[in-house]
Amino acid sequence: MFVTPGYAEEVAPAAGEAQTDAGTAAHTETGAEHGGGGLFPPFDSSTYPSQLLWLAITFGLFYLFLKNVVLPRLGGILEVRRDRIAGDLDQAARMKSEADAAVAAYEQELAEAKARANAIGQDARDAAKAEAEAKRKEVEAGLDQKLSAAETRIATIKANAMKEVGSIAEDTAAAIVQALGAGKVDKADIAAAVKAAGK
Amino acid sequence: MANDPIHQFQISKLIPIEIGGLDFSFTNSAAFMVATVVAAGAFLFLTTSSRGLVPSRMQSVSEMSYEFVASMLRDAAGSQGMRFFPMVFSLFMFVLVANLIGLFPYFFTVTSHLIVTFALALLVIGTVIVYGFMKHGFGFLKLFVPQGVPGILVPLVVLIEVISFLSRPISLSVRLFANMLAGHITLKVFAGFVTSLSAFGAVGVVGSILPLFMTVAITGLEVLVAFLQAYVFAVLTCMYLNDALHPGH
Repeated sequence: MFVTPGYAEEVAPAAGEAQTDAGTAAHTETGAEHGGGGLFPPFDSSTYPSQLLWLAITFGLFYLFLKNVVLPRLGGILEVRRDRIAGDLDQAARMKSEADAAVAAYEQELAEAKARANAIGQDARDAAKAEAEAKRKEVEAGLDQKLSAAETRIATIKANAMKEVGSIAEDTAAAIVQALGAGKVDKADIAAAVKAAGK
Repeated sequence: MANDPIHQFQISKLIPIEIGGLDFSFTNSAAFMVATVVAAGAFLFLTTSSRGLVPSRMQSVSEMSYEFVASMLRDAAGSQGMRFFPMVFSLFMFVLVANLIGLFPYFFTVTSHLIVTFALALLVIGTVIVYGFMKHGFGFLKLFVPQGVPGILVPLVVLIEVISFLSRPISLSVRLFANMLAGHITLKVFAGFVTSLSAFGAVGVVGSILPLFMTVAITGLEVLVAFLQAYVFAVLTCMYLNDALHPGH
């Protein structure tokens, strides 16, 4: 049947009549097989039983095959994928929350550590300050002591000096009076005079 | 015969079988039905055999066709309609693969015979009627009485609804059959121009360029039609099944 067209092709231009004859002959031949004559093939009812039977067989088997083998498998593949994606998303969400918790914990620890560091620094600073204060006080106390000791000594020396100033003045006054030739003067008088002059 | 565009629809016996006076021969049509079923079944079976979590290209084609039909059915008939999923998917794949196989030169197109498309349409309508009465009893007849119609108009509306229901298997089958038939005849006619024109020597060969171009263009169009008609058949099946599930509109 697949050869005939080619043959008819070559003959066609030359012998149109012959071609038509050949075509009709072929038609009748194929048509005769079904006993339908020259009917339009889709309306040739003699082929219906065979088409219906084989459609029922092939389509029925196809339906059963798809229903029992292919579709469960395809549905399974898609479901597994959907589950897997949902599971992965869940896991990702869980990991994210874990990471968030870890970050929060880290930040809290960091804050605590900072606070602790601050406290330690403050303590150290306070301690150092207190120590320095104590030392300063000690040194000041020592200085005060020395100062007061020095003041006492100065006062003593001054008092001594003042005492000696009186006697020196009296001696000097007696010597001057004597040198002036006024004779001997009573020591008590001179002392009184010196005292009066010292005031 | 080369230019006979009807010849491609001729059915020839390969293995003559006759039972009870009826001709059940294994014909070229039956052979292509087998080819359609084997090609579609093998493709779906083999591409999904690895059950890849990350699908290969071919596996994702199978998955796409699955999800395409599933979403079509779910949109039209709701989740209850999923019980008909194997039927709708089988119909879609059968019609699609039969249409596509028919596009190969010298191949027979199973769906270009009215009896085949009519049988498929009757399968759909039969399922609708049987399931409709099984599920709703006589409540299924509410399908023919839309709600909110004034009393006087009810007989008229019922008549129209009944006629439209009865015409469904016809329109469903004729649409697919006529599309396939007309497409293949057009293709054959244009391809015939190429061969008969080129027989006239150099001028004819030049003149045959246009029909050749048309043949190529129509082949592309026919691929689209093959997909489209399979889709239309499946969508209408989903909508009719929706009537069986929810007859109250």
